Amino acid sequence: MTDSTKSGFYEETTPGKDQTFLDANELVLNMGPQHPSTHGVLRVILKLDGEKVLGTECVIGYLHRGVEKIAENRTYAMFNPYVDRMDYVAAVSNGLGYCLAVEKLLNVEAPPRAAYIRVILAELNRMASHQLWLGTHALDIGAMTPLFYTFRDREEILKIFEKYCGARLTTHAFRIGGTLYETYDGFEQEVNNFVKFVTPKIDEYEELLTTNRIWVERTRGVGLLSGKDCIDLGVTGPVLRASGVKWDLRKAQPYSMYEKFDFEIPTGENGDTYDRYLVRIAELRQSLRIIDQAVNSIPAGPIMAKVPKIMKPPVGEVYVSIEAPKGELGYFIVSDGSTQPYRLRVRPPSFVNLQALDKMVRGSLIADVVAVIGTLDIVLGEVDR
Amino acid sequence: MLDYVTSYLHSNVTPGQAGNWLWSLVYILIIFAGVSGIVIVMNWGERKALAHMQVRLGPMRVGPHGLMQPIADAIKLLTKEDIMPSEADKPIFWMAPVWVVMIAFSVFIVVPFGPTHAVTDMNIGILFMLGVSSLGVLGVVMAGWASNSHFPLMGALRSSAQMVSYEIAMGLAVVSAVVMTSFTGLGAYGIGDASASGTLSMIGIVQAQAQQHVWFVFKFFPVGLVAFFIFAVAMIAETNRAPFDLPEAESELVAGFHTEYSGLRWSLFMLGEYAAMVAVSSIAITLWLGGWLRPFPSVHGPAINIPFFWEHPELGVVDFVFSFAPAMVLFVLAFFCFFNAARMPKHPLLKIQTMGLYAFGLVLGGVGLILLAPPVRDRIQDIFWFVFKIACFMYMYIWYRATWPRYRFDQLMKVGWKVLLPLGLGVLLMTGIIGLSPEILAWLKGVV
Repeated sequence: MTDSTKSGFYEETTPGKDQTFLDANELVLNMGPQHPSTHGVLRVILKLDGEKVLGTECVIGYLHRGVEKIAENRTYAMFNPYVDRMDYVAAVSNGLGYCLAVEKLLNVEAPPRAAYIRVILAELNRMASHQLWLGTHALDIGAMTPLFYTFRDREEILKIFEKYCGARLTTHAFRIGGTLYETYDGFEQEVNNFVKFVTPKIDEYEELLTTNRIWVERTRGVGLLSGKDCIDLGVTGPVLRASGVKWDLRKAQPYSMYEKFDFEIPTGENGDTYDRYLVRIAELRQSLRIIDQAVNSIPAGPIMAKVPKIMKPPVGEVYVSIEAPKGELGYFIVSDGSTQPYRLRVRPPSFVNLQALDKMVRGSLIADVVAVIGTLDIVLGEVDR
Repeated sequence: MLDYVTSYLHSNVTPGQAGNWLWSLVYILIIFAGVSGIVIVMNWGERKALAHMQVRLGPMRVGPHGLMQPIADAIKLLTKEDIMPSEADKPIFWMAPVWVVMIAFSVFIVVPFGPTHAVTDMNIGILFMLGVSSLGVLGVVMAGWASNSHFPLMGALRSSAQMVSYEIAMGLAVVSAVVMTSFTGLGAYGIGDASASGTLSMIGIVQAQAQQHVWFVFKFFPVGLVAFFIFAVAMIAETNRAPFDLPEAESELVAGFHTEYSGLRWSLFMLGEYAAMVAVSSIAITLWLGGWLRPFPSVHGPAINIPFFWEHPELGVVDFVFSFAPAMVLFVLAFFCFFNAARMPKHPLLKIQTMGLYAFGLVLGGVGLILLAPPVRDRIQDIFWFVFKIACFMYMYIWYRATWPRYRFDQLMKVGWKVLLPLGLGVLLMTGIIGLSPEILAWLKGVV
């Protein structure tokens, strides 16, 4: 308890002159780093008045591995697998962002077939990430069953990944300049089957939750965040869209041929936990649309651009961002002309979104803290890097 | 001595009423073993049923279809290191789980598994049950306080607030059922004699339902149903089960009031929780679902005179058919065992499991055969129907847990105070108004 009082927030939120003796009954509670629903090793110091949250402070860094520093000592190709370990539930998106950034630095572009494969896998991964989010979020709010439903369906996605590149979670699916692997026999068929399989399953999740009275009561009006707050805090992804801001990098600055696909950006109105839930469910359906279009119009051709064996990008810097499942995932790379990056900086969506936690939970109850951590969809591997 | 033992055998009352200490003790032991048995079965059943609702298999390794899992768990919990936090308040920390189990089991003294199958029958039975079962919250508060830790403390605070506020709605629903015992008319809208006196005795309440030819859940429809609904909601909150499992909300408070407990002490909490679930279910069954009465208790059919039934010529054909139900249920279970044993993969590693499942089926079938014997069949009827109803309630508990998210604390209080309490008052008022409607109408006529 003593180390939490050292930080500024404890004094700052202590009531001033109109303090009564009731205010003295404040409880400082350590939630985490070992706690069932902080989604990893996040430590949240809560200042409580009974069940009411007066203030929070996040302590992060328990999973810090120095990924950005490691990048400075690896060649561009060697660093590629490391990015999978940041947001390990959406490893494909991480790899995609990194490959796009290095490709921009090298001034090459992946061939169309490779771009299509990337889109299919990235969207499948978005679905896997959202499914995992839904399961754990529901579990945090007390509904056990959706977790098992979503894991059952996510398994099908992981099976496709495994068949494609041999790995299920940290896939390392893409290479700089395209993809290493051609699609396996029956890939298109399997993806099509998956689309057919999972469409009714999404209705199944909704059946359990969307109109569930307790679920609606637990999520509606919880963790409110206005569009302006989101922009001020740099919050992106479904959290931003649920606050009514129609901003999706796949539409705003299309990459990897996303401009060829027809899909919508689902947005919410109220910016509460319920809207974020609806937006993510709608995104599951939009991802299915993209996958369906991509897999049925996948062009033939090479899957790898001409990339030198030893990559020595010209001196310069580049920032490339993509729409990862959790928000804007950016890579800022500074090249000094050698085989290794001079500096690599990741803009992780989870890290930035986590800033909003305090604003969202102040004045609500402990149970809402858990719901809000869930709805922000953070992965500590990405927050700490 | 022998006379003392045999003197009770042909009695028509419970051993407690007959003042027979020996048989009271025997009944207590049987109930203790029986409730523990229900808890063990529930342990396995909950995991299996929940697993199947959640597209997984549940325990499959220890014994055929995980049948030995509760035993394996018990051994694990008993052999675990006994941890007591150094800063804990030791005597209270030690006492809390014992208290919870003691309270949960004391309630069963008045639970009537049959007209004579109860330890005793008190004239204030239902009051005793409510009073004793609400002492359970003390154990929870003791555990939370003695742990000297934040999460258990918050769990205990939630728990005490929750149990206290739901008891009020629960009490109102119970009073409505007690009031119904005094309206002695027959059937759902039999208004009857308002001057008759009601009863608080558990056995008396079931007998009132038998005499009025209606389960109280259907009496003054839908008043009885609403009262039952209130009780069914409040009893889940009372036993800290999903969706009201806030005191032990895993995702918020780690494990709530028993965060610091492990091993045997923790298992005592679990035993207490499940025993309390059985206890409140049996209150609900006694008050609204006809206790030990079989379904359609007032339908008897023409009297029959067939072998083995000469002792009870008054029994009708429906009674005769229903008397086979206990054996039939066991035969069905035995059939499932054989069916699944036959479906087991033919693999040398699974040989013992397959044989075990066949053996279990044989045991169930054998018990079924014993239950077919006329003297046993007659004696076991009431117990069977009571336990069958308990099993239905236990299944509902599992079902709720699989379906619903957890309420937030303020919402829980809102449901308790703003929904159930007014509803309970309304139900109580309606019971009185409907029951006394002839008098009220007569009085109105007089006024007009």
